[in-house]
Amino acid sequence: MIGLDHYMILSALLFCIGLYGALAKSNVIAILIGVELMLNSVNINLIAFTKFLTPAEPIGHIFALFVIIVAAAEVAVGLALVIMISRDRMTSNALELNWLKW
Amino acid sequence: MIQNAWLIPLLPVVAFILIIFMFRPYRLLSALTAVISMFGSLVISIGVLYQTVTDPSISMSSPVEIAVPWLEVPGLTLEMGLLIDPLTGVMLFVVTFIAFLVMVYSMGYMSHDPGYSRFFAYLSLFTFSMLGLVVANNFFQMFVFWELVGLCSYLLIGFWFHKNSASEANKKAFITNRVADFGFLIGILMIFFHFGTFNFIELGVAVQGFANIGLLTIIALLIFVGPMGKSGQFPLHVWLPDAMEGPTPVSALIHAATMVAAGVYLLARSFSIFYAAPESLVVIAYIGGFTAFFAATIAITQNDFKRILAFSTLSQLGYMVMAIGVGSISAAMFHLTTHAFFKALLFLGAGSVIHALHEKQNIWEMGGLSKKMPITTWTFVIGSLALAGVFPLAGFWSKDEILVATKYAAFGGTGLWWLATITAFLTAFYMFRLIFVAFFSPAKPENHPHESPVSMALPLIILGFLSIFAGFIGSPLVENGFSNWIYFGEPHAPIFKWSLAVKSTAVAFAGMTLAWLIYHKQVVSAEAIKNRLKPIYTLLYNKYYIDELYQLFFDKVVYNIGNLFNWGDKNIIDGIADGKAALIKAIGEKVRLIQTGNMQNYAFVIFTAIAIFVLLTTGFGLGGAQ
Repeated sequence: MIGLDHYMILSALLFCIGLYGALAKSNVIAILIGVELMLNSVNINLIAFTKFLTPAEPIGHIFALFVIIVAAAEVAVGLALVIMISRDRMTSNALELNWLKW
Repeated sequence: MIQNAWLIPLLPVVAFILIIFMFRPYRLLSALTAVISMFGSLVISIGVLYQTVTDPSISMSSPVEIAVPWLEVPGLTLEMGLLIDPLTGVMLFVVTFIAFLVMVYSMGYMSHDPGYSRFFAYLSLFTFSMLGLVVANNFFQMFVFWELVGLCSYLLIGFWFHKNSASEANKKAFITNRVADFGFLIGILMIFFHFGTFNFIELGVAVQGFANIGLLTIIALLIFVGPMGKSGQFPLHVWLPDAMEGPTPVSALIHAATMVAAGVYLLARSFSIFYAAPESLVVIAYIGGFTAFFAATIAITQNDFKRILAFSTLSQLGYMVMAIGVGSISAAMFHLTTHAFFKALLFLGAGSVIHALHEKQNIWEMGGLSKKMPITTWTFVIGSLALAGVFPLAGFWSKDEILVATKYAAFGGTGLWWLATITAFLTAFYMFRLIFVAFFSPAKPENHPHESPVSMALPLIILGFLSIFAGFIGSPLVENGFSNWIYFGEPHAPIFKWSLAVKSTAVAFAGMTLAWLIYHKQVVSAEAIKNRLKPIYTLLYNKYYIDELYQLFFDKVVYNIGNLFNWGDKNIIDGIADGKAALIKAIGEKVRLIQTGNMQNYAFVIFTAIAIFVLLTTGFGLGGAQ
């Protein structure tokens, strides 16, 4: 049957894909998508825990709900920042935003 | 009076401080400060000497010692102290007396010099150093004052520092002394290492039971290196002739009577060490005898008034050191005392001549001085007779006692006796060559000599008296004479053999006669002899080329070793220091590149770190809590 392991592996895979997207993509929108993917993979993990470990109490569901809320807020702020920067510097390439250095 | 002996070195140094800091603009005041302080020291010294000689409780075997601890750390105590016995008493008297006369003389001699006050300040500093050396009760204090004396010699030789020759000479003196002091210091340190003390009295006891004679001989010879430099023994004699660049009173005080005698005094003071290592005494005796002969052979060719006297000093110092080597510190100290008197007399007479002829120093440019400068001439003759060892002047008794001591040396001193006697012949010869050429030859028309003022003539007369009469104190004509006060082992009456006395006086007369024949009567022409013996003459005139040899050594060896070390210092030592900085800089330049400004790289680093942490703490078999 499909057990906890399968869900955890799925979650890990998604997390890694999201991590790759956050670290290796040069388009700022793609980076945000990667971050979203990471957050959602964590949600899957939490729901799976609830289903297999504590079926009586929906602890994981509530946790995942909070994560979704935070993700939504973060996307709002993140997109606002992206818009501001791309308007200022006329670019949407993360590699060109390199002033955080010496 | 002995209780006040600490005042003796103190008065001159107070004079020095006063002159340097306060009295410098006032010439007469500076001079009087120095002279009066010296007179005070002289009076106290006479008191000390009287007390050491007449008080039966004070003798060479039972001296008076006053000491205070100066530095105390676990395992090492350094003290500053006074050691008063007849030996000290005599040295104190000699130093203060000659210094006093020289200061009085300098009031006249240096009167035209712009550095008048500075001169008296330096003279006071020198007497302080010398007196501190003389009363020292331990090697460490003596070494401190030994170096101080060397410093004062440097200051005084280079008194006319704007003269290139003077500044070269004072460097030479100081460096030669420093080389000698290196050996001396090693000897002192070895003494401390093996005996645990610097104190002379304690060492006198400690060396007697010491088993390792070979080691003791090495220590003794190292200690002897100090007097080799200070008292101008071969091969460290090279500084003394050049030291004549200093003013003549300086030559009289330092390089005739006192500082050069410090080496002999040290040998006498620490004689117990040498006595316990008899091989060292053989070396010392032969070096002394050789120096005496060597210097006398050079002196017969020199043309500069003061140079002749300088080599004469070297020769007589050789006599004193030889006397120590054959075991008689009485003879050495006696000769030191009489030599101080007549050599100071000779130098002050030289100063009188040089002053009168306006700084001329070549004897062939002088002449006819006997008529115009009678006091100088005749005191000079008296001094020369004393130096040549003519009966019954002072030098006769002291030189004779040395000759007797060589005859009776423990290790067979006949060779030394011959050296000493031939040197006596040469001594008489070169001194009277000097006298006949400078004083009794026909006057040169360009010279206008005049007799010196009282301040200069009076010391000459006083020293003339002493050159005649001071010898009797050590002669067999006096009960309880010199060798009864100053001795090593047992007090003894002076050994006197008439046969030797006659021989030495005859030899002196032979030298005088030869000089008279060649330089006064001109029976044989000096030029002819010089040409016949040209190679020997050239060798002697150039002082056996020792100076050139040392210069060559310096240029080739010392300079290149210095360059080698310079290269090592610049490239290796500085290379390591600078290299460290360069390494850090290079690392920094590479590490800097981590900060790309690209936040994705930063995020990557963070995630990598988290991953590593998680693995370390929870990984299977990696130390995590499972």
